[in-house]
Parts: sequence; structure tokens; C-alpha cells
Amino acid sequence: MLGSGAMTNSIEDITRQADLVMLVGSNPEEAHPVIGMQLRAAVERGCRLIVVDPRDIGLAAQADIHLKLRPGTNVTFAHGVVNYLIQHGLYDEDFVRERTEGFEILAATVRDYTPERVEAVCGIDRADLVSAARMYAAADAAAIVYCLGVTEHSTGTDGVMALSNMAMVTGNLGKPGCGVNPLRGQNNVQGACDMGAGPDDMPGYQKVADPAVRHKFEQAWGMPLPAWRGLKATECFPAMLDGRIKGLFLFGEDPVRTDPDTHHVIRALEALEFFVVDDLFLTETARHADVVLPGRSYAEKEGTFTNTERRVQRVRKAVEGPAGPWLDTRIFAEVMNRMGVAQPQLSAAALMDEIASVTPSYGGVSHARLDGEAVAGRGLQWPCPNAEHPGTPILHESAFPNGLGAFATPEYLPSVELPDEDYPLVLMTGRVLYQYNACAMTGRTRGLDEIAGSSFIELHSQDAEALGVVDGDRVRVTSRRGQVETTARVSGKTNPGETWMPFHFQDANSNWLTIAALDRVSKAPEYKVCAVRVEKA
Amino acid sequence: MPSLTIDGAHVAVPEGTTVLEAARAAGIRIPTLCYLKDVSAVGSCRVCVVDVEGEEHPVPACSAVAREGMAVATQSSRLTDYRRVALELLCASCVPCSEGRCAECDADGACELQALACAYGVIGDAQAGAAGVAGAGENAGAVGVVVAGPGAGAPREEPVLDSHPFLTYDPNRCIACQRCVGACNVAARNHTLTTGKRGTRTTIRAPFGEDWRTSGCESCGNCAQACPTGALAVKRRRGYRTSDVERVRTTCPHCGVGCQLDLVVKDGHVVDAEGAPGPSNKGLLCVKGRSASFDFVEAPDRLTTPLVRNPASGQLEPATWDEALGLVARRFTELRDAHGGQSLAAFACSRSTNEDIYLFQKMAREALQTNNVDCCARV
Repeated sequence: MLGSGAMTNSIEDITRQADLVMLVGSNPEEAHPVIGMQLRAAVERGCRLIVVDPRDIGLAAQADIHLKLRPGTNVTFAHGVVNYLIQHGLYDEDFVRERTEGFEILAATVRDYTPERVEAVCGIDRADLVSAARMYAAADAAAIVYCLGVTEHSTGTDGVMALSNMAMVTGNLGKPGCGVNPLRGQNNVQGACDMGAGPDDMPGYQKVADPAVRHKFEQAWGMPLPAWRGLKATECFPAMLDGRIKGLFLFGEDPVRTDPDTHHVIRALEALEFFVVDDLFLTETARHADVVLPGRSYAEKEGTFTNTERRVQRVRKAVEGPAGPWLDTRIFAEVMNRMGVAQPQLSAAALMDEIASVTPSYGGVSHARLDGEAVAGRGLQWPCPNAEHPGTPILHESAFPNGLGAFATPEYLPSVELPDEDYPLVLMTGRVLYQYNACAMTGRTRGLDEIAGSSFIELHSQDAEALGVVDGDRVRVTSRRGQVETTARVSGKTNPGETWMPFHFQDANSNWLTIAALDRVSKAPEYKVCAVRVEKA
Repeated sequence: MPSLTIDGAHVAVPEGTTVLEAARAAGIRIPTLCYLKDVSAVGSCRVCVVDVEGEEHPVPACSAVAREGMAVATQSSRLTDYRRVALELLCASCVPCSEGRCAECDADGACELQALACAYGVIGDAQAGAAGVAGAGENAGAVGVVVAGPGAGAPREEPVLDSHPFLTYDPNRCIACQRCVGACNVAARNHTLTTGKRGTRTTIRAPFGEDWRTSGCESCGNCAQACPTGALAVKRRRGYRTSDVERVRTTCPHCGVGCQLDLVVKDGHVVDAEGAPGPSNKGLLCVKGRSASFDFVEAPDRLTTPLVRNPASGQLEPATWDEALGLVARRFTELRDAHGGQSLAAFACSRSTNEDIYLFQKMAREALQTNNVDCCARV
């Protein structure tokens, strides 16, 4: 366990200095395209590539090894690699001794994950697993890059920890071209987590549960703060249905389109006594609100985003934008003042100064510094504790946050909803290159719809044949939660028995079908596995 | 580390450095056209020629490797003549340029060929556009020459490939410098834009014709950004002249890569976006960053006034900020005081800025008294 959910390394050192990249549940050519471009360059200069993904993503064609495993079996795969490395003495004994703890328990846990068992559970050839393990161990610098194909499972956190074990046993941490690297989704999801938009964390991952942390913020903000343990967003929807949560302030999200099990989401929002949305547009979600407040887009404000490699970079106001909307910070400050909490109207630069004063990892970040000659437009990577600190491109160079790196030893658990007689196919969901999430931004550019404007479902040709469906046919897709009609794309891109849909398109939003089964730690939904039935429409 | 002199200045550079990069490191400017650092160095345009002591003919600085003891001269009347001849040939291959119609071209004022041709007196001030200012012409005041292309008088129009939604290629304005080829194959590594041959001429095969859907093109437009003339362009380029715009450096609002981009602003409206040299993107953008990062800002369905649900009609209706915020504060206060902060929740936006999100969670914890705070990190 390495601490916070952030890339240990930087895009530049991974794409220029790694000898091997293991890409797990990540399709950067579509979801992070400019990283995809740089990964292609890495492969073409000779970097080895192992793709671990249930689909033939574009990069699979360039991979040395493609492990086309069953969705939801990442833990078994990663344990299988670690077990093979331990059994064959291919791990880094010095690193394990000096930097980690719990190796014996790890070895005992993974002992049963033999190549034979991996073959049975993951549906991959055991020889390919062995080749991948040997190739990963042989590389001087091997980077693991992963994305939502690892986290969006009911066992997502287990998958991340199992991948971290691979890096720790081989000493692939704390140096260039290595590490465990989640590609964070939205432009500022890293920053949102950094800023304390999580129930357990104040800014900078300072724990709400720690009385000293609460005391510090109470001193800084001059208000008593709640100490009780808050709910994560995906836990809030059931709490709205049973009446525990009665009021919601939603800033810029569109859960009616993006959250699993749309019927369930709408019922929860309708159950609220009071619901406020701050957004640019009257989204599907905003239609259910009691009050809608028009905010400002990134082109109309000063500020910062923090990218997937922990790099804080400037957002600058380019235009005034339409008349009428307010800066979001003005809205929040006004609500605070009207609720009796004195909050001055501060500029974005002044707010960043306040952030730096209470957030050690952002302590050296200011707009003036980001705009200055020394930073030279390169941003600052946290941790950046003071104004002289240059930022931290690579984490864990000499120690982990808790000193030694602890191995985690989860056992493999199957996905919550597996195919059966009534719903015989697995449905996975994901992104395409030409749209972004709920299309709030990309959907308003004409031309993108001409390239990719409507939904589809990828079916394996064997399944299509059995269903009497050919490429281009309209099909009905049904799960226990809902039904949509869409267009079949028949290929060998998935494994037989597995299907895939993009989650962008409102003509057949895949979230009518997906399941609100949550990871036990992160509470991320299992978007990547639910059971469906497909019929010709 | 080889040590050499460039225009008399001593320069030491790492092994393998080109004369061009050595000169740039020493702050000495050598004109270039087909060269693009880290992207393309085919050495085809002959504009960057320099004299090397002991060599009979000038050599292209972009491909000559710096050697120990080398003595390089970047300026002489002979070099100026060489460059002028090279530029005359290049101008002849661009139809608007060869016909004296630069002012009609979208790239007027931004065209690197136009700027150099003006600086070297190949085209006259009348054709210089904004480039006449930017080009810092060392031959300012030279007599304007309208260069006649091969077969002057007989129009040599080739079809423009214009079917792609965002990108267009006009071979009549192409000087075959191949920077677009480097952008696609070396920088973006998409490998869909290639060179061809027609006789001895190099041609560009750009996948923007009627069959654009069948290519593997990712529509990223890095080729268009690399083009020094108006040949390969984003279609939005037709909406403005370079003298009418300013650029604002910012961060792309889509995925977590954090690409740096310049929003191009004309009369208070964003009209284009260009890749900027950021640490994570190295000047590259994807289709969303270049072509879909700003239309939404002024979309006709942008909300411009608060909406409040009318209890009688059940409809969302326009309201003043005072009415809307008054209602928000009153209802949240009532729920908080009656049921505690546990009855409230606040979800932040992972698309918005750190400053917005910081204040949002501060509002939630202080005013709403709730720890039910989250963002869309999980969904």
C-alpha cells in the first residue's frame, strides 16, 4: 500500500525511460489520448509493452504480450505474477528487505495462485502469464499504468493493491520509468481529491478522523467542524432513498447520466426534500433540482487544475462569457454568508494562498509562482511543501509515507453479478476517443457527432451468430435494472460471452443497465461487469 | 563535447548536436522552414544553409552535425542568395503566394513562408501582411517580385481535401516541407498522414478527402499546427486572421493528462485552440482538446439565470440571484438545524478548479456542517 491515489511517477519518465510498460485496464489512446501518443512513441523506440485488458484495444496490436483476461479477475492475474516471481527467485530481495514489510504473509497468500489457477480464473494461457511475469521482472525499469479497468470493480481496491505488490517485490518504485500509475479520469479529479472533496479527507488527505487535523482547520477557519464519518457519493444515493439525506448541493456533476443504475439514481434524487445544482447547462440531473444556479466555465475564470501526475497547472481567464452566470466561488461564498458563516469574496489567487496555508503538500504553490519565470510554465508537482521546493516528480524515492511499504493480501473474489441463464453475457463500459463522459462539453461541438455521435454495443462474432445478429443490426440490451436499444458492432474485439458499450451517449445510456455494486473501500461502482441479455430488436 | 565557432562565437555542445541546435543554444538565429524540433528534420527546404569552413558548398544546418573545431558562418551575401533561390522555388509551389494573393489566404500574417519570403525580398511588402512586421526583414525595402510558378498563367488547381469535419488540406498551398508528416508519424505516432511521389515531386497524402472515415486518423490536428503555410489547417482557421486575435495559455478541460493549450480569442470570443509546450503534452493535443474545448462556453443553451421550481406549476422558472440564493440558504439552514448536518450532502465537480472545489468543501463542512462531501472520482 503506497498511500494516496496518484501516479508515483511522471508521464515523461514513464514514456521516455521505462524499459517496459504494463498497461492494465487502461485504453489511453481513447481515454488519455496524448499519453497514448507518447506510449506509442515509447513502444516504437523499443520499450516493451504488456497489455492486460479484456478487449483488443488499439495498443494491444503493438504489445509484446496481450493478456485478454476475463473482466474482474485482475487480482488473480497480479497474484499469479507475484507468486511466479517469488517461486522462481525473480524478485528484488534487497528492496523487499530494506523497503517493505509483510513479505512472508504475501508469499503465503499468493502461493495458491499458480499459473494453472490463473489460466482457469482469468481465461488466459498459463504460458503467457509466465512470459509476462518474466518480462516484467527482467526489465530494468518497469512501469505499471492502470485505469478504470482496475478500479471500477467491486474488488477494485484489491486490484490496485495486488498490482502494487508486483512493483514492490521487483523494486520498481522510487526511480524513473517505474512505479504504479493510475491515469486519473477527469481534468481535475486529482485536484478534487487533493482539495478535500471526499468524506474522510480534509485538503491534502489530512484525515477528518484525526482530532489534531480538525483542530487545525477549526483554528484556520474559525468554526467548529463535524467530526462524524461522512458518506461517499455512491453511499449517499441509498441514504436519500431511506430519508437519512434530505438535502443535496450538487456542483457540476450529472449522476443521472454517469452513475450506475439510472432508475435508482432518479428515485434517490426525487426523494430529496431540497436539491440544488450549480452547472453550465440544464443537465438531465438538473431537471430534477429545486434550484439551478448558473456557474462559470474554465475559460471564464482564473484557477488551477492538478493533472494525473500531481502537477498543478494554471487555468486562465480567456473570455468574459455570457452575461448572467456567477463565478462559482462567488456563489459558494454568498451561500456561506447567508447561512451565517463569514466568508469574504476572494480571488482565485487568494484562495490558492489559503489552500497553501492549510495543505502541506500544496504549501509551496501560488499563482504568482506558477506564473513566474522559474516554474516556466511547467507547473508544480505535489508534494511541494514550501516556496523554495521544486516539486516532486517521483514519489517514494527513499521511503513510503509510513516508512516501510506494506504488502496487502486480498484474496480473489468474483464480480457481484455474473452471467447466468437469464442474462448470459457480461457487459463492460468505457470511453471512446471522440466524446468525454456525459458529453456536457464535447456534445456541444458539431463535427464530433459526425465522427462518433451514437451508442453501440460490441458483440463477439460467436455470440452474434448464436443470436442471429449481424454487424449494424439494432439490438435490445436488457439487465436486471433496465433496457436500452442500440446498434450491434460485431467483431472479435471482446472475448466470447463479453460485450462492451461506451457510456457517453444518451440514445442508449449504458447506465440504465449497470449495477450499483460498490467496492468495499473506495465505493467505486462495478461499471466494468454486469450481466445482460441481448436480442435482435 | 565538441566545441565549435558560429559567427565567431565559441559554442560547446553535446555529441550529436546539429549546427542548427548549437546555434539556437548560442542565441544565433538561422532561418528554417521544413525543420521542426523533435518532429521533422528532412532537410528539404534548403533555407537553413550555412557556410562551414573547408566546405565548398553551403550545408543545411538542420542536418549538419557539430564537430570539434568547426567554423560556421550563418550570414553572407552568398548565403542570402542561396536562401532567396530556395524561397523562390518554395513560393512558386504555393498558388496564392506565386500569384501575389497572400492577402486572400487564411494564413496571411501567420505564414512562415510569407514571413521569410518577405524578409529575403522574394515577395514585396504589398504581400507581406502582418508577416512584414513579424518577419523583421533584413531586406526590408527590397523590390517586390511576384514569383511566377511553373506553367504560370495556366491554373494548376488541384482538388482541396475538405470532407473531414475539422481538418482540410489544400495541395495548392503545400510546399511539401513534410512537417505535417513528422507531426503525424514522429510526434503523434498515428501514422495516417504520409508522403507520396508524383514524378520527382514529393506529395502529401492527407486523409481528409471523401474517404476520411476509412482512415485510422484520430483527428488530432497536430499536422495542422505543424504546417508553416495555409495548406493543412483546422477549418476554424477560416474564422480569423492572426492579427485579430490574442492567445491565452491555459489547461485543457477534458481528461487528466493536463495538456497545455492556447485559447485563441477574437473580440471576446474563443475561436480556436492550439497545443502549447507543456510538460505532459509536449505541444500535442487530441481531437477533444483542439476541436471541442470551447464551443460549449457560448453554447446557446448555456444557463444565464438562476432557476427555481415553482411549487404550484412544478416547473423550473427564472429567478433573481437574490431569490435563488435566499431560498438555498434558508432551506439548507432549516434542514441542518432540524436534522443535523448528516441530513445534507455536497458533491463537487471534478471538472472545476482547485480553488472552486476547496471553497465548495469548505462551504459544505462549515455552513452545511456535513462530512457527506465527495466528488465524481468514483464515477
